[in-house]
Amino acid sequence: MGPVEAFLAGMRVTFGHFVRAFFGGKGEVTIRYPDEMRVKPQRFHGRHVLNRYPDGMEKCIGCELCAGACPAHCIYVRGKDNPADDPVSPGERYGFVYEINLLRCIFCALCVEACPTEAITMTQLFEMSTTNREDGIYTRTELLVNPDGTPNHMFTEDPYADLGELVKADGWMRAAAPGGRAAYEGETAWTPSAGIGARPPELGQSEPVVDEDGDD
Amino acid sequence: MDGWDFLLIVIRVVVIFVMLMITTLLLVWFERKVVADMQDRIGPSRAGPWGILQTLADGMKLFFKEQITPRKVEFGLYIAAPILATVPAFLIFMAVPFGRPFTLTLGGEPREILLQGADLNIGLLFILSMSSIAVYAVVLAGWSSGSKYPLLGGVRATAQAISYEAALGLSVIPVVMYTGSVQLSEIVEFQRANLQFLGNVIPFIPNWNLFLLAPSFVIFFIAAVAETNRAPFDLVEAEQELVGGFHTEYSGLRFALFFLAEYINMFTMSAIAVTLFMGGWSGPTWDGVLPALVSGVLPTFWFFAKVVVLLFVYVWLRATLPRLRYDQLMEFGWKRLIPGALAWLMIIGVVLAWRQFGNPWS
Ligand code: SF4
Ligand code: SF4
Repeated sequence: MGPVEAFLAGMRVTFGHFVRAFFGGKGEVTIRYPDEMRVKPQRFHGRHVLNRYPDGMEKCIGCELCAGACPAHCIYVRGKDNPADDPVSPGERYGFVYEINLLRCIFCALCVEACPTEAITMTQLFEMSTTNREDGIYTRTELLVNPDGTPNHMFTEDPYADLGELVKADGWMRAAAPGGRAAYEGETAWTPSAGIGARPPELGQSEPVVDEDGDD
Repeated sequence: MDGWDFLLIVIRVVVIFVMLMITTLLLVWFERKVVADMQDRIGPSRAGPWGILQTLADGMKLFFKEQITPRKVEFGLYIAAPILATVPAFLIFMAVPFGRPFTLTLGGEPREILLQGADLNIGLLFILSMSSIAVYAVVLAGWSSGSKYPLLGGVRATAQAISYEAALGLSVIPVVMYTGSVQLSEIVEFQRANLQFLGNVIPFIPNWNLFLLAPSFVIFFIAAVAETNRAPFDLVEAEQELVGGFHTEYSGLRFALFFLAEYINMFTMSAIAVTLFMGGWSGPTWDGVLPALVSGVLPTFWFFAKVVVLLFVYVWLRATLPRLRYDQLMEFGWKRLIPGALAWLMIIGVVLAWRQFGNPWS
């Protein structure tokens, strides 16, 4: 193609898009955030929550594995023995101090994979802007879900807050937990959560296994 | 010249000033909206209906922002540059007729009211000289900032302006030769008749220079895009390479002035192209059929309609073409545009001489 034809071809493309947009064609690939929200993938890496069992017990046992796994070193956990008369978690200990510095977090979800009890999972919440650095550090107060399983939304007063997103709070857990592995396809291998209950097993994790010699 | 004449001049100047400001506001919005449409985006949509007040909001923001002055600047020139950019931009439009003159009786005698800042008899030369002054703004801004990116932007501006001003000047000479005038109102008047081709008058087709001098128009338009530093010739600003080029060190209102000048230049260059090649304000007015007021306003409407078409082409080019490389810019200017303009100039010269003096062998 000579330069003139190339020029004309380019001009035609842009003009075509203009005509389509001008005469009401919905060709736009952007949306009117925050009036409209994109439907995010279920395993979207939003901010973390600390989950509870359906009976209201906290899942976190204060083992600090998440803190050890975190490549950004942004989790700080201190465990403490459960009070005998009023246990906080079903285990021996519970996460007494739990802080994530979300200004450092790279949203890799390695903490989610490391957690033995599926206590920490990621949500679809992504609006985390703050006006000072202190507020970027999320503590137990912000991270722990309410007894009914709903996370603390930072902007509940905001008319644009999409509270419906909160229901999908443990989306990433399902991929990282054992039930997300191909070998466990079709089996629920994760523990139920408050507010949501036991999620059904996730299908379509892998290609169907062809068992050729029949000894598997 | 009595008090009325003086008052009329003041009113004309104020009207043109306000008109240019409003056009700039709308033009920035128009550009952002059209480019958004071409790139499958939404564009400004928050301030006012369809985001039409977005530019006003941006302007207000720039107005109230701090104007940072870097330590190493040459202060006098640094301040002068944005003013030098804006003043010629406004002055150029003063010479462009944007509507049909009409007669009003004021102070007891009928007066002809021009819809034009001043009907200079050297209109075209005035425009060319003013558009060269605007280059100084860029060069001075780049040099006085005391910083390397603006300096590079300024150096590029010098080279680019020199190269393309030659083409710009050469491309309007055929118009002057053909119409026999450098006064813009006469050039418009010349184009109001019907098209004459090989001695025949073709009805319904206006005598726009565009038809007979099409190569001139193309060269003029390309050179005008380069003169106004618009994409794809925006090497002077080149955000990706030069961090904004000559206006890197400008902020707040001073930056806003550069921005204003760029958009006014874009508008005036289109207006000049319309005047020289597309008949200016001429167009059907249906005098006597329509009420006098409507036929009086129609020419102005035609003028702006034609300008908007050309502005659309400006925006369209910006949305389509990537920026030229520096050597491509120079090569295109010196090896294509200028020889092309010269060749066309000679052809037109020969044709016109033939028409005026007859066959050379007779
Ligand atoms: S997502 Fe990654 S970076 Fe963020 S807290 Fe978890 S392990 Fe650390
Ligand atoms: S969140 Fe999980 S990994 Fe981290 S301390 Fe609690 S139980 Fe251990």
